[in-house]
Amino acid sequence: MEVYDGEFITELESIAKKVRWHSIRMIYEAGSGHPGGSLSVTDILVVLYFHIMKHDPKNPDWPDRDRFVLSKGHSAPALYAVLAEAGYFPVDELLTLRKMGSRLQGHPCMRKTPGVEMSTGSLGHGLAAGNGMALAAKLDRKLYRIYVVLGDGEMDVGENWEAAMLASHYKLDNVIAYVDRNKLQLDGPTEKIMSIEPLADKWKAFGWHVIEINGHNMKEIIQATNEAKSVKGKPSVIICHTIKGRGVSFMEGALHFHGKAPDEKEFNQAMKELGAVE
Amino acid sequence: MTWKTESQRKQYGRALVELGKERSDIVVLDADLSSSTRTSDFAATFPERFFNVGIAEQNMMDTAAGLAASGKTVFASTFAVFGTGRCYDQIRQSIAYPQLNIKIVASHAGITVGGDGASHQIIEDIALMRVLPNMTVIVPVDSVETYKVIKAIAKTKGPVYVRMGRADVPTLTDENATFEMKNASVMRDGEDVTLIGCGIMVSRCLEAAEELAKHGVDARVINLHTIKPLDEKTIVKAARETGGVVTAEEHSVIMGMGSAVALCLVENFHVPMKRVGIPDTFGESGSCNELMEKYGLTVEHIVEAAHDVLKRKK
Ligand SMILES: Cc1ncc(C[n+]2csc(CCOP(=O)(O)OP(=O)(O)O)c2C)c(N)n1
Repeated sequence: MEVYDGEFITELESIAKKVRWHSIRMIYEAGSGHPGGSLSVTDILVVLYFHIMKHDPKNPDWPDRDRFVLSKGHSAPALYAVLAEAGYFPVDELLTLRKMGSRLQGHPCMRKTPGVEMSTGSLGHGLAAGNGMALAAKLDRKLYRIYVVLGDGEMDVGENWEAAMLASHYKLDNVIAYVDRNKLQLDGPTEKIMSIEPLADKWKAFGWHVIEINGHNMKEIIQATNEAKSVKGKPSVIICHTIKGRGVSFMEGALHFHGKAPDEKEFNQAMKELGAVE
Repeated sequence: MTWKTESQRKQYGRALVELGKERSDIVVLDADLSSSTRTSDFAATFPERFFNVGIAEQNMMDTAAGLAASGKTVFASTFAVFGTGRCYDQIRQSIAYPQLNIKIVASHAGITVGGDGASHQIIEDIALMRVLPNMTVIVPVDSVETYKVIKAIAKTKGPVYVRMGRADVPTLTDENATFEMKNASVMRDGEDVTLIGCGIMVSRCLEAAEELAKHGVDARVINLHTIKPLDEKTIVKAARETGGVVTAEEHSVIMGMGSAVALCLVENFHVPMKRVGIPDTFGESGSCNELMEKYGLTVEHIVEAAHDVLKRKK
């Protein structure tokens, strides 16, 4: 078991707060976008980019880098904010999100944004694409890993289960998937729109090593990832229990902030709540 | 020119609820976008005849097939990008081939989706649906026509694809006019050139006609709401009487409405022609107006195309 000093975890937490602050500013400035899922997925992304993954922002094409796929591409603001904070492109560029000519498209585009490994936005493609990268790693005898983040509503998509089958069939222990289990999809709660439970049992039945954690606890994300990395001969999935809209009081658990920008008053309130640290 | 604008989806929602009241065989499916497509109105009124399949468009189309094979009239809705390309094989094998009574009514088609970017801006859906045997393809011009189209297709048997946009669109048609699928609507008479538009491009054709009139050019404008089956008679007649045709669509110029018109004219009556539409490229994030400008879908583009056609007219 690793030991974490409090300071290091506090630093990750303060990066996460900054990323949430960026995300809301970007969406407000763009006038559209998806705040809810960007806020729920933030802590996972921060741990991956600032602690777990081997990557080099100055050399995004480094062949041995770990790969990241944001399958729930509508949470692009959080990914862009993390990439900018990590140094892939200037933080100033974040406010060009969704604007004409910007490198920051509404949904991730691997041909436009440094650091984006796969174009996503239509749900359900990311895990299979991640598997492809994992197969290539095995073919090339490379040790890099593939980290894929999925939505819980996205679990409805059949292709995920085709990909789940493939990953365990080919023993892709270099794939680690995270499900952002924030309990809401677009039209309502997942268990009301299309029930996905028992989710852990489903993944287990498909041959995956399954871990369940609090997706807002940095230590738990790190520990679960390290456990997943130690598993041999099968892929791992970490079901991260999260809160949609996490970090902005009135967005937490609020369905209508799935895909709507805050108005001016809401924006100011959110900034107040997210700016409070330092 | 100024028109009132309204959301097509709003009228879709209204028409569905009315149909639900009139007929017990109407069943509606959606794939986790009911609040956007407005099938939510039907869901609230007839919860027992509404099924949200979750984010699973392929599943939705085959489920629709089973319902239709059991005597139901099915409306299946989602965004156009997910309701055509994502589930093309399901539509081909289980809807078009067996000629089942399913109406795919999709919103958020085309580049005017705006900020979401290319992943969500489908510019190929007319092509994909048009090439399928047995499929009817309709692009209602405004919210008033959308309402009538929904009512009309509920009465027909067989597969239909209806394309709607995200944005509010100018109301060009009259509530009291009857909608006839087989007849393209002539919105303005003219003798020098014909501008054929579909969807949001029809209002731009009308504006282009005004602009052309200032230069003494008398343009006819046609709302080609039904792309398949194609109203060849109206198109050929316009070509014969005006001697030149411009088409305008918010779709790839490859295999969309303009291509359908071009093929019709090649085989029936040759005239100089120009297609206004999105060149062979994906879109990007931006505002509607910026995108329309960059991808060649403005009034100026139509006017320019008309002048080009006029020059080539003998
Ligand atoms: C194939 C596909 N169908 C529909 C959509 C529209 N859509 C965007 S986000 C979303 C809900 C996603 O829910 P979830 O995966 O739980 O994401 P989160 O709650 O984390 O934002 C839907 C239906 C899409 N992007 N792709």
